[in-house]
Amino acid sequence: MMSPAHYLFLSLALFLIGCVGVVTRRNVIVVLMSIELILNAVNINLVLFSRIFGDAAGQVFALFIIADAAAEAAVGLGIIIAFFRNRETVLADEMDLLKW
Amino acid sequence: MNPTLHAILVFLQTWWVELTSGVVIVAVVPLVAGYVVLVERKLMADMQARLGPMRVGPHGLLQPIADAVKLLIKEDIIPDEADRLIFWLAPVISMTAALTSMGAIAFGPSFQVARDINIGILFVLGVSSLGFLGIILGGWASNSHYSIMGALRSTAQLVSYETAGGLAIIAGLLLSGTLSISGIVAAQEKYHVWFIFLAPVAAFIYLVASIAETNRAPFDLPEAESELVAGYMTEYSGFRWALYFLGEYANMIVVGSIATTLFLGGWLRPFPNVHWLNWLDFLPALIIALIGVYSIYRAGKQPVMVQTGFMWAVALACFAVALIFAMPWFVGTLKFVIPGLNGAFWFLLKVSAYIYVFMWLRFTLPRYRFDQLMHLGWYILIPLAIVNVFAVGVAMLLESNGVNRWLALILTTLVTLVFAILLVRWHDRRTESASTASLAPDSYAG
Amino acid sequence: MLDSILFYFFGGVAVIGAALMVTRRNAIHSAVFLITTLLATAGIFLQLGAEFLFIAQIILYVGGIMVLFIFVIMLVRLDVALHHIRFRMKSLVVTIVIAVLGAEAGAIIYYARKLPGQGLFIQNMAPASNLTPNSEKLAQSLFTNYLLPFEIASVLLLVAMVGAVVMAKNKKRTEDS
Repeated sequence: MMSPAHYLFLSLALFLIGCVGVVTRRNVIVVLMSIELILNAVNINLVLFSRIFGDAAGQVFALFIIADAAAEAAVGLGIIIAFFRNRETVLADEMDLLKW
Repeated sequence: MNPTLHAILVFLQTWWVELTSGVVIVAVVPLVAGYVVLVERKLMADMQARLGPMRVGPHGLLQPIADAVKLLIKEDIIPDEADRLIFWLAPVISMTAALTSMGAIAFGPSFQVARDINIGILFVLGVSSLGFLGIILGGWASNSHYSIMGALRSTAQLVSYETAGGLAIIAGLLLSGTLSISGIVAAQEKYHVWFIFLAPVAAFIYLVASIAETNRAPFDLPEAESELVAGYMTEYSGFRWALYFLGEYANMIVVGSIATTLFLGGWLRPFPNVHWLNWLDFLPALIIALIGVYSIYRAGKQPVMVQTGFMWAVALACFAVALIFAMPWFVGTLKFVIPGLNGAFWFLLKVSAYIYVFMWLRFTLPRYRFDQLMHLGWYILIPLAIVNVFAVGVAMLLESNGVNRWLALILTTLVTLVFAILLVRWHDRRTESASTASLAPDSYAG
Repeated sequence: MLDSILFYFFGGVAVIGAALMVTRRNAIHSAVFLITTLLATAGIFLQLGAEFLFIAQIILYVGGIMVLFIFVIMLVRLDVALHHIRFRMKSLVVTIVIAVLGAEAGAIIYYARKLPGQGLFIQNMAPASNLTPNSEKLAQSLFTNYLLPFEIASVLLLVAMVGAVVMAKNKKRTEDS
């Protein structure tokens, strides 16, 4: 049997890689995908503790996070499409309309 | 080395059934899919008053093997600007999704690869929806206009009709109360009747949705030759195309299995609980023996000696299979295979009937235009499916409050049918009054 | 034994897929590697006994959200060669900082697991039968204790659907209805 520490390390690794992706990448679509990765890391954590304590609440919460991620991805991609129609770019460096 | 070896041996001992069934599925299903293609061509010929493939092998029976050899030795063409990794990956995803989802299907009472998972039907549905990724990635990787447009249209169609199909499945799940496949078939045995009679609207919605799910006519715009060359499969040739094609036919078998399990009683024989009809248990062996007798009858009418000999060979094969089916009745020690064997026969018979309906519709109905297709999916099927779920729920509620089950279900089916008629009339009035083209979401790229 | 093999397999695929995802230039390749990571995460869920969540992840995340991402990447068809790779100091600094924070958190997990009696190595893990049959237990919890969040989540999905359609709609074609 794997101890909980193993799963926590896995979740931590995915979370950190997601954070690096969010901060480093210029393409905002890849930034959104890294955010999905962060949400998945949190899901692994929740399901692990649901298994440890035998409570289904952790899995219910993880299900809500998946539904929420779907909604957020849809709206975020809608925004990206609208912005792309206006400015012809999806690189974060070139989205500088509010810069002085 | 010994503990590892011991662990491996224990693993093989526990899981050898699943492993061998998995290997059998991967080996046999492509061959079966190839012969389904031959059956389709023969049926198409029959409905068009001609003969179909007759040259390769007796009555064209070796045609799939000839096709397979041809596809394997064809030159492997990759378009110039194509994305190589994804060009390779897309047909693999499509085929893998179709074959993996076969793992959870039960052909008989204890006759499935994965031992009765808790989420049976949902697993089959979910993994077969991974096939969409194969389509869209394949269209993208080909780097050609026809491919991308075909892929986007195809995926839009699949996603829309998957929603409707899922809602139709929910009606069947409400009646059975469980997601596991053996639970659903046991519920149909408990209710003494197939779910197609208890929820006919759901069965019809699932029929239409599954035709659209597998890109079959009349919903095959994304891959029709006169519209988009071959849609997302345009740039694929040789074995890669064969993988896509086999994935599509394997998907047809999967979708037929879902419909059979949910609506047609799975592996149960007709009237499973009626005792005076127990002689129906002998039907499998009897039907196959009758086919053998018909073969012998036709053997005398063949023009050529080779075909006479072939008919006799077919008759002998039929009698051998009928003997295999009949043997457990006489040999006492083999009685335990009776439910599994007979169950598998009834299951495959029902799946074949469902696929026959698919092919029949393909040769009869003209193709839908894409905006008509999306309109049908979103404006008619999804509202109807939602109302149907609501209606079946109300029927279950009435039943738990004492109303007779049949009365409740007939009433709610009538309400759903009234709603369907009103929907179609509203739709007709709307398309008469609208002079411009429908504003259904268009999925052209860019 | 089988447990640890499966865990290392799924965990390895997940981490390698994630690492490949954040380093690809081609956005479609990133999406494909994210799909492999999501499938590996689904495998981890299955190993932890959450069967419904396993299939929900595959249907919703891989079959829904990733298809949406791939659609949008195709609509925003920019060539790969547009942005040439130049070495950015910011990326390196950020990676080092996040790695340091990660090492800190990892050290906490590692040392906490050794605390006698307490800490993460919980002696009495609940038996697996507490969560089986999985769909039924999940449904019981979802429709009794957490009914209000469930309804709010459905309203949220409706709002998101309408909002996404409104925002991504082509403004030139809104003539009637």
